[in-house]
Amino acid sequence: MTDRTPTGLSSALPEPVSGRAGPAAAAALPARRGRLSLLTRQDKIVLAVMLGIPTFIHLCFVWLPTLGSIVLSFTNWNGIGGLSAIKLIGVKNYQDIFTIYPPFWPALLHNLIWLGFFLFIATPLGMFFAVLLDRDMRGTRIYQSILFLPVMLSLAIVGFIWELIYAPDQGLINNLLGRTQPDTLIDWLGNPSLNLWAILVAASWRHVGYIMILYLAGLKAFDPTLREAAAIDGANARQTFFKVVFPVLKPINIVVLVVTVIESLRAFDIVYVTNKGTNGLELLSVLVTNNIIGEASRIGFGSALAVILLVISLGFIITYLVRTFRAEEET
Amino acid sequence: MTAETVAQRGAVAAVRTARPVVPSRALLHAFLILTCSVWLFPLLWAVYTSLRPYSDTAERGYVSLPGVLNFDNYLNAWDQAELPHYYLNTLVIVVPAIVLTLVLASFVAFVVSRFSFRFNLALLMLFTAGNLLPQQVIITPLYRLYLALPLPEWLSDTGLFFDSYVGIITIHVAFQMGFCTFVLSNYMKTIPRELTEAALVDGASVWRTYWNVILPLCRPPLAALATLEFTWIYNDFFWALVLMQTGAKRPITSALSNLAGLYFTDNNLIAAGAILVALPTLLVYLLLQRQFVRGLTLGSTKG
Repeated sequence: MTDRTPTGLSSALPEPVSGRAGPAAAAALPARRGRLSLLTRQDKIVLAVMLGIPTFIHLCFVWLPTLGSIVLSFTNWNGIGGLSAIKLIGVKNYQDIFTIYPPFWPALLHNLIWLGFFLFIATPLGMFFAVLLDRDMRGTRIYQSILFLPVMLSLAIVGFIWELIYAPDQGLINNLLGRTQPDTLIDWLGNPSLNLWAILVAASWRHVGYIMILYLAGLKAFDPTLREAAAIDGANARQTFFKVVFPVLKPINIVVLVVTVIESLRAFDIVYVTNKGTNGLELLSVLVTNNIIGEASRIGFGSALAVILLVISLGFIITYLVRTFRAEEET
Repeated sequence: MTAETVAQRGAVAAVRTARPVVPSRALLHAFLILTCSVWLFPLLWAVYTSLRPYSDTAERGYVSLPGVLNFDNYLNAWDQAELPHYYLNTLVIVVPAIVLTLVLASFVAFVVSRFSFRFNLALLMLFTAGNLLPQQVIITPLYRLYLALPLPEWLSDTGLFFDSYVGIITIHVAFQMGFCTFVLSNYMKTIPRELTEAALVDGASVWRTYWNVILPLCRPPLAALATLEFTWIYNDFFWALVLMQTGAKRPITSALSNLAGLYFTDNNLIAAGAILVALPTLLVYLLLQRQFVRGLTLGSTKG
């Protein structure tokens, strides 16, 4: 009962909203005028400041740089000389990235593998745990807490903790296998055909708990009478989940999908603490970063890489926004 | 009499038909206990390794029963890497960042949820979308911006946003504001409109309505978000890595990678260092887990 608080809140949400939808929609315009006219001059200034400062900061430090990335990606600026040194070179950066920049295709491939691994293994596993734990059962809170524990850790720390398991001669696995001698050891984090998978297991350790918690909240908001109805109609547990629960939970499914994609594209910390994102662990995020803090500061080129990352993520961000705010527009 | 026995038999039968659930329950528990053991294992292994002196593991191997267990690795990691200094760096960033994020986000959420301006929805979408961008999308121009934006000397020893605490705090605030605005505005929408309308009609100013009426009602989501933001900002690795050049000024999570290379020569020390760095978030986990989860799910369960 107590762990239903989050959903108690969220399921309480629609009521007041729909409650005011009727009269508010009917008298929307006059009501608004009436309300605004209540405001004094000072009130209006306060409102402008309350809205203006946060919006200014957000635009300046998030959206201005986003636009900056797009514009700079068509230039050859290397950061030397002022803004006047910036020359437009069309899509040359993109051409170079696709044709003569060796790390790009591996990085893109690694990002896609990362996404695939999360999407088809880690995320479903998290959802599976959520379904298992979403019942009145002794110890369910303890199980949830344990599976959730890694979510508290930064991916950088996760990298360090798993290094103790993967390290070549001091690591757990090789010691268990008895392969700690230089000629027999398995270099889990150094072998470019192994290390991405080793890192993905470590990153999933955290991701599974994250998805589980999100999905549990969604499941708790699920109307139990629907499940009872399905049971009366003779559906078994699996049928009930796939034919009734899963479709109804479309909103949370979309959240889970977007979280999975964004986390896969953001992945950076764990490969950076492992080997700075080289030798089999190249990711788009690492390439972008290397073009700023690496030896060669190629602003235009780095921006073009960032735009590629933006384009991939934008589709999912828009899906999420449309899904989330459509309901609001209707009220 | 007979009716009773029939009823009893019925009950027994009902219990019997319910019985077959029990083995599957036991199976479920067995599976979950196994899974949880696997899940806890990496952390327990780190704790175990950290408690063993290097000499002990060198002699007996890492997979072995301990000869000696002590806290020497923790003391060494604490001293050699000057961890207190880096905890302090983090504190200087985390506290103002949380306060500013919550204050500014509650401003926007208040206006958007209490007044029907035409741009409300667009604004809310802008903030939410901003929070979903991968950090690397904005980092290149942001880095140049930080190198160009001046700050007074008393706020930054470099005279710039770059390599300054103000700079790191600013990007956390700008970036995290999106999520907090989204959560808070959803929460504020559940507070009846009549409440603020009455206050305004009674002549309360907009500021008083915000400060004395709405904000006190928002304590639950604010507490949840503060917990969540503490963990996220504490765990930040990327912003400080790129925008804070001086290693000694970096917060602890970003500093760990350098410190490990410099001071942590064996796995036992790495384990102790990693656990020490993780300790504040583990404390949050133990004490405020419910708040954390609530903050996380408040943002996601709104269909």
